[in-house]
Amino acid sequence: MAGADHLKLLGTKQSMFTYRVVWALKLKGIEYEFIEEDLFNKSSLLLQSNPIHKKVPVLVHAGKPISESRLILEYIDETWKERPMLPEDPLERAHMRFWASFVDDKLMEASRKAFASSGEDQAKATELTAEALKFLEEEIGGKKFFGGEEMGFLDIMMGWFAYWFPFIEEVGGFKVMDPTKFPCITAWTNNFLQVPIVHQNLPQPDELRNVFLGFRSFLLSAHKDH
Amino acid sequence: MAKSDVKVLGAWPSPFVMRPRIALNIKSVDYEFLQETLGSKSELLLKSNPVHKKIPVLIHGDKPVCESLIIVEYIDETWSSAPSILPSDPYDRATARFWAAYVDDKFFPSMKEIGFAEGVEAKKAAIQQLVDGLILLEDAYVKCSKGKPFFGGNQIGYLDIAFGSYLGWLRVTEKSNEVKLLDEAKTPGLAKWAEIFCADPAVKDVMPETDKLAEFAKVLAKMRAAPPK
Repeated sequence: MAGADHLKLLGTKQSMFTYRVVWALKLKGIEYEFIEEDLFNKSSLLLQSNPIHKKVPVLVHAGKPISESRLILEYIDETWKERPMLPEDPLERAHMRFWASFVDDKLMEASRKAFASSGEDQAKATELTAEALKFLEEEIGGKKFFGGEEMGFLDIMMGWFAYWFPFIEEVGGFKVMDPTKFPCITAWTNNFLQVPIVHQNLPQPDELRNVFLGFRSFLLSAHKDH
Repeated sequence: MAKSDVKVLGAWPSPFVMRPRIALNIKSVDYEFLQETLGSKSELLLKSNPVHKKIPVLIHGDKPVCESLIIVEYIDETWSSAPSILPSDPYDRATARFWAAYVDDKFFPSMKEIGFAEGVEAKKAAIQQLVDGLILLEDAYVKCSKGKPFFGGNQIGYLDIAFGSYLGWLRVTEKSNEVKLLDEAKTPGLAKWAEIFCADPAVKDVMPETDKLAEFAKVLAKMRAAPPK
């Protein structure tokens, strides 16, 4: 139903960043229209809505675009106040934002490097990924979710790790996740994937695997001339 | 609140350290500024930021808060009476955060790139990239300020702090490369904004003088070329 408050989510069905927004919207029970983008043939709406980065996801609310998944989550939390994703206390909020930043800047960055490389470079990046994960293992401890009893902002920001990361390891040809080394993260992964709105909103495994296979082959051929 | 209740761990040349200091000034919150020595990290820093071991760290009571922009939001939420640092409207907040992220992720690296670029062509390209970024930020300034002096309106806000904290180093880059980057002709709004920002009471005592910063840049460059054993 298009109206003054009409919500559009521009994304793709395999993008880990798109799913952050999907889970947030589902968590709050917010209706939206999903527009599947072809990243090799970006729509004019996408290019107009995110001219700087030209990336998904973009949330368009009553014609106004918001880019960057982390910022979209904060926008959603500030606009729809029921079922808050961030805690109320400023110190706890700062804490969640800190770790969300860490997840993207350290864990994801190292995972990307491990995926995109081979040999010595990959070994180094694998080590960095494991180091980053150790911090998060400590941070989750025995909690059900990073948000406590219920999943919240940080769980959603780290959600890619629960589902996308095994494919990244498989296709990239490296291994970091180990239930004996990371028992708390392993438990969190299971808890997270069992949340109904997550469980019902995940990409098809074969489609996801194919996307990563495509990426890896592209990245390795780009490095061939070094 | 006693002055010692709020501490900022940092160093005067760091643009990131300036951010919480400006924010605390805006809120008229007294704090103790504990400076790190170049080349070493204090026990307090290592204890307060074990993950990144970086400045700035805000210590409130005995609780540390890390990452400059996260600290600014914390300050705004903790000392919640006026003046506000983040805009009140969620869309304006998203816009301010978007451009702050742009400044950190794109603008600052392109500024550093000018220093690293070797050869005339590479330097020219790096400079052009930065100027292109400034033109985008000029457009953002016009849209966000809506005719008022700051990105945040009549008062300094989040994006003013995020971008303005780089002005000292931007001036050093202009000086050492003998190039005008913030140009009245290309970016008139920003050129004027930069003057007003640096003169603001919340900023002027924490913005380092360009000459002092240029001297520091030389010391830093020497240190990087020949690190102490």
